[in-house]
Amino acid sequence: MTLTVERATNVGPPAADVLLDVRDLRTYFHVMDGLVKAVDGVSFTIKRGETLGIVGESGCGKSVTSLSIMRLLDIPPGEIASGEIWLDGQDLLTLSPEEMREVRGNDVAMIFQEPMTSLNPVFTVGDQITEAVVQHTRMSKKEAWNKAIESLRLVGISNPERRVKQYPHELSGGMRQRVMIAMALSCDPKLLIADEPTTALDVTIQAQILELIRKIQDETDSALMLITHDLGVVAEMVEDVAVMYAGRIVERGTVEDVLVRPKHPYTEGLLTSIPSKGMRGSRLNVIKGTVPNPFNMPKGCNFAPRCPYRFEPCGAYDPRIEDAHPPDVACWLYTPAPGQTSAPRQSGPERQAGPMTTGAPT
Amino acid sequence: MAETMRPAETTELGVGPLVPPQLPLAGEEDFEIQLESLNQWQLAWRRFKRHRLALIGSVAFGLIVLIAIVAPILWPYDVTDIPGAKTYGGDAPGLAPLSRLFGTDFGGRSVLQQVLVGARISVEVGVFTMLIAASLGVAVGSIAGYFGGMIDGFLMRFVDLLLAIPFLFVILVAARFFGGGDVVTLILIFGLLSWPGLARLVRAMFLSLREMDFVQAARAVGVSDLRIAFRHILPNALGPIVVSATLIMANAIVLEAFVSFLNFGIRATDVSWGNALSNSQGYLLNGNWWWPFFPGMAIAISVISVNFMGDGLRDALDPRARE
Repeated sequence: MTLTVERATNVGPPAADVLLDVRDLRTYFHVMDGLVKAVDGVSFTIKRGETLGIVGESGCGKSVTSLSIMRLLDIPPGEIASGEIWLDGQDLLTLSPEEMREVRGNDVAMIFQEPMTSLNPVFTVGDQITEAVVQHTRMSKKEAWNKAIESLRLVGISNPERRVKQYPHELSGGMRQRVMIAMALSCDPKLLIADEPTTALDVTIQAQILELIRKIQDETDSALMLITHDLGVVAEMVEDVAVMYAGRIVERGTVEDVLVRPKHPYTEGLLTSIPSKGMRGSRLNVIKGTVPNPFNMPKGCNFAPRCPYRFEPCGAYDPRIEDAHPPDVACWLYTPAPGQTSAPRQSGPERQAGPMTTGAPT
Repeated sequence: MAETMRPAETTELGVGPLVPPQLPLAGEEDFEIQLESLNQWQLAWRRFKRHRLALIGSVAFGLIVLIAIVAPILWPYDVTDIPGAKTYGGDAPGLAPLSRLFGTDFGGRSVLQQVLVGARISVEVGVFTMLIAASLGVAVGSIAGYFGGMIDGFLMRFVDLLLAIPFLFVILVAARFFGGGDVVTLILIFGLLSWPGLARLVRAMFLSLREMDFVQAARAVGVSDLRIAFRHILPNALGPIVVSATLIMANAIVLEAFVSFLNFGIRATDVSWGNALSNSQGYLLNGNWWWPFFPGMAIAISVISVNFMGDGLRDALDPRARE
């Protein structure tokens, strides 16, 4: 490696105010055709009570990242090849399966994408919530049952005393997602991972569920990691955002910085491909090309073949977000590439407000 | 509070406010009709009752079980008890015409008595074979399906091996070898050889169910493997298991009759439907139709009622069935 940039060498547990510290996570899948590097060197931190959004298109590794944190991947074919996942002072990757079971649901809880199928059809809503509670606390069945009613009330389900005795098929999609949230909250987790929590819901229910998650996150002071492909949701819900592309974080920062002054050409492409009212009649911007084949990653920057700004170093050297100062973007436009004395750009282009408004009523 | 969290520029971005500020949080459920919630078993019972044939089948099978328990006590059968012989104690007072209802066999013994008392062995064989086969099948199938990989490969190759052995041949040899016509031996042989099909079925159900989102969700709250397999997945597979178990039971009843008919089963001094059929073999050409007819009908009725019952149970236990 010709590139030697002094990196903050993270050894040992992170500072006390950092709840989740993911360091150089690499999750690979061994499949018939070879090795898929679904997550290839991802690092990020979430402080206590803070919110982080992870955006990217399908297959960029955002769900695999969250499943790696929960250690819910099937191994094999999956493999967490390297990295550290520090949660509240312990490295989850060093825990035994039994210790990890204690963490799941208790320290980290997850809200899934599909509320329709995420509840077991043979149990009542109450049974499923109490199971989580009994698993992690010393509460009796009766106390846990009351706790279940309490959490159903907290997520805005009316008449929880009756609902708690119902089966999932008796509830609508929005209600089931509320139940999933109640289940996730029942043990007061420090970190809440929401993996596309509203994708399967219709638009009005989406808004309610997002509002609910934000309200709960605010009240319980847990940290939130929100995984989505919807930039609108990111803008509404979180303070910080990380953009993933082909298994890596290519840009990160506060929502204002990333969505208003995107640095990475991929982020810029994502933002300009949102249809808007002002664009009526003109062609929608798209990011040309497709996501690289995982078995045949391009040389140099992964995004280079689709990038409108690519220049010589892009095809030769692989930019890493850790090499940037500050480490907020993985792009040779902003970091001097090997052999170059300076980077072409210092800051991202300020985006014009006009053409970017969506058709959403304001 | 919510307003301050929202970055000021979001409207310029064109990703305008997704969340209308003052949306009522719990609006939707107020429109639902208030219904009395029933628990799982109440719902299952309701669905089962609606299934006419299943209801008839279970009443019939219930009667057969009752007969199997009561008949040998009230009307003990002894093969040496032959009317006309010196030792014959005679029919119970007033029962003489009744005991001739289905006719008599070559020894003058009541066919009705043989049908009634013979129910015990058939029910015993059916029920206990089913219990052994179902426990083995569910245990092996769920372990193989849930854990997959090497364990699955090993267990399923063992199942293949068992299925590759000609079933009837093994039963005949085993019955003769271990036999002596003991019911317990027969049940063990049937039970130990009937589970591979069920194991395959359970494994297949587990393979598809373990990929369901609710299994992942259960794992995400820290539920243990054992609990997921037996508390979360197994109840969802109950319907097909019950049907398969009732088929095993019906099959065992037929098998007992068949093996006894060939004189490899229950010893000739005991009464069973198979033995009754076997004894009637040589007399059929003489026109003694009643002799094999009634035991044969008993076998057919019990098998059919068990199958109807299984069918009804499957529909009743399906957790996804809606009212």
